[in-house]
Amino acid sequence: MSGTFVGMPAFPDAAREALGDTQLRRNLAHATRTIRDKRARVVAEVEDWEELRLAGAAVKEAALRDLATHLETLEASLTAAGATVHWARDAEEACAIVASVTKAHGVDEVVKVKSMATAEIGLNEALEAEGIAAWETDLAELIVQLGDDLPSHILVPAIHRNRAEVREIFLRRMGAVGRPAPDDLTDEPAVLAAAAREHLREKFLRATVAVSGANFAVADTGTLVVVESEGNGRMCLTLPEVLISVVGIEKVVATWADLDPLLRLLPRSSTGERMNPYTSTWSGVTPGDGPQEVHVVLLDNGRTRALADDVGRQALRCIRCSACLNVCPVYERVGGHAYGSVYPGPIGAILNPLLHGVADEQTASLPYASSLCGACFEVCPVRIDIPSVLVDQRAAVVDSHRGDRVPKPEAVAMRAAAWTFSDARRLRLAERASGLAGRVLGRFSRTTLPGGRAATGRLPGPGAGWTGARDLPAPPEESFREWWDRTDGGRS
Amino acid sequence: MSARDDILRRVREALDGVSPAVAVPSAPRAPGRGDLADLFAERVADYRAIVTRCAAEEVERVVRDVLGPARAVVPPSLGLDVPGAVVDEGLTADELDVCDAVVTRARVGIAETGTIVLDHTDDQGRRAISLVPDLHVCVVDESQVVADVPDAIALLDPARPLTWVSGPSATSDIELDRVEGVHGPRTLHVVLVDPQL
Repeated sequence: MSGTFVGMPAFPDAAREALGDTQLRRNLAHATRTIRDKRARVVAEVEDWEELRLAGAAVKEAALRDLATHLETLEASLTAAGATVHWARDAEEACAIVASVTKAHGVDEVVKVKSMATAEIGLNEALEAEGIAAWETDLAELIVQLGDDLPSHILVPAIHRNRAEVREIFLRRMGAVGRPAPDDLTDEPAVLAAAAREHLREKFLRATVAVSGANFAVADTGTLVVVESEGNGRMCLTLPEVLISVVGIEKVVATWADLDPLLRLLPRSSTGERMNPYTSTWSGVTPGDGPQEVHVVLLDNGRTRALADDVGRQALRCIRCSACLNVCPVYERVGGHAYGSVYPGPIGAILNPLLHGVADEQTASLPYASSLCGACFEVCPVRIDIPSVLVDQRAAVVDSHRGDRVPKPEAVAMRAAAWTFSDARRLRLAERASGLAGRVLGRFSRTTLPGGRAATGRLPGPGAGWTGARDLPAPPEESFREWWDRTDGGRS
Repeated sequence: MSARDDILRRVREALDGVSPAVAVPSAPRAPGRGDLADLFAERVADYRAIVTRCAAEEVERVVRDVLGPARAVVPPSLGLDVPGAVVDEGLTADELDVCDAVVTRARVGIAETGTIVLDHTDDQGRRAISLVPDLHVCVVDESQVVADVPDAIALLDPARPLTWVSGPSATSDIELDRVEGVHGPRTLHVVLVDPQL
């Protein structure tokens, strides 16, 4: 019942459309400013934040570099604790496992904890095709699901909606899938949250099967961790008889103690709190308490592809805090939908190409969706050097076109430049031509840069994309080598 | 090849020639910030939870006052007399839904973050009982309060199900504006017991 990212246009086109939506820009500017300020305040409180980041990054990096060992340990500890472990190579296999476990219990609905992995594999749509309704229980996910909308932020998927829009969605859609919103619903966030509480209560109380993800999976103890705020997670993890957790293989950490830096880094980076309201941890089945049938689906779906990339591997350290989205000047203006994935923003711009490759045009456009300002790296709690990975992925995009029969214009331009620069005589001719162009422009150009240098306006043809938003200074009338010859290196 | 073997093979191939050795620096500790109980009380209250500090012999009276006429459920071995309370012996979710309040102990309190951690042993009860009722009264002894997250991690047993609670249920999902009270208990009342008083 929610939309799909399939068939999204490439980033520049999607971004242009998003930028025209003034309501969206206002909603995003307000929300991202709020969360940036909150994060800055609680991070400043921690004196050794940088050391904490280093520890967090190292814990995740160490787990990734010995991943096969940790996965085998995790499987053994989970099994010993009474859980059933499944492995899924891709989205299709993972969805099939969840559907088959659900069907085995003869039910046609599941309640869901917000989970990026299940959004990534399109679980809700897959279950719907099998006749199983998947109820999202996180408030923002509920807003997205009821509004037949797409998520636009990792932490707050409905960040693009303001309170008035949420009220409208609740009034219009809640009644069709359960308890309707009260007629006197206002747009106060507390009132809207209360409406969600009433609407979901009956679903929690009757659910037999719940589906979750996990923020962390501890190999040596077989412990899964879910970090949340509302208590919807606790409801799903506690009340149903059956719990199925879909966990990306990169969520593994080696030991229980490894959770320490991560549980300190995540809430401050994510919601800007010292600690999130609720964190649940469980290791398999606890007799007499919570679900008595526990399944864990370990998901690859491109993660081993990313793991093989020496530069990009660090993206798998990501703990999905979304701090990089909130500080990104590009994200703040275009929002999450333009990235065409459940993983938007700077991390999405590297994660999507790393997971899926750059063969399709939409994914190949993502590494360019950045000004490389570096704010994302600065706030990342596990020190993912996103700008470096972006540049490396741009190289991957260029490499993927090397064999093209019709080369891209920039490839032609680069080849022409290489040909010119590789021969002194050719370079001299080119410099003369450019000097001549400079003299002509200097005389006729109407654009003057600070300092008095002439510049071109918008160029026609293939140069238009570059010069539409930038000044191209007129070439100098005299080249350096001409100046050197004329003045004997400045001595005469 | 099974999905399991296939994924493990891919992982090994991806890491072929990559050294597994990574120096993991130990995470820094927060500097001492004075009295732990004071800090804990202040930080819990920051989440708009209610904190009452009292002496050991006053606990039962304080809990009674907090509960008022509310219908309460208690775990099997709370160790406090709560008149009129139902003792949980496997109540269903629907039966818990008609309870107004729950009274539990905790395993550990974390001063730096204002967090209480429940390990759901017999003085705290099953996870469901501290979740479904709308008011959670949690009795914490000052001696249970530790400085920061790593101290708590070291004390806790990962084999137990754990619930870390920092304030009442809350959400920031609408315009990133924090409001208290969604699905979990909308009121958290921490009774902090001072053995010196």
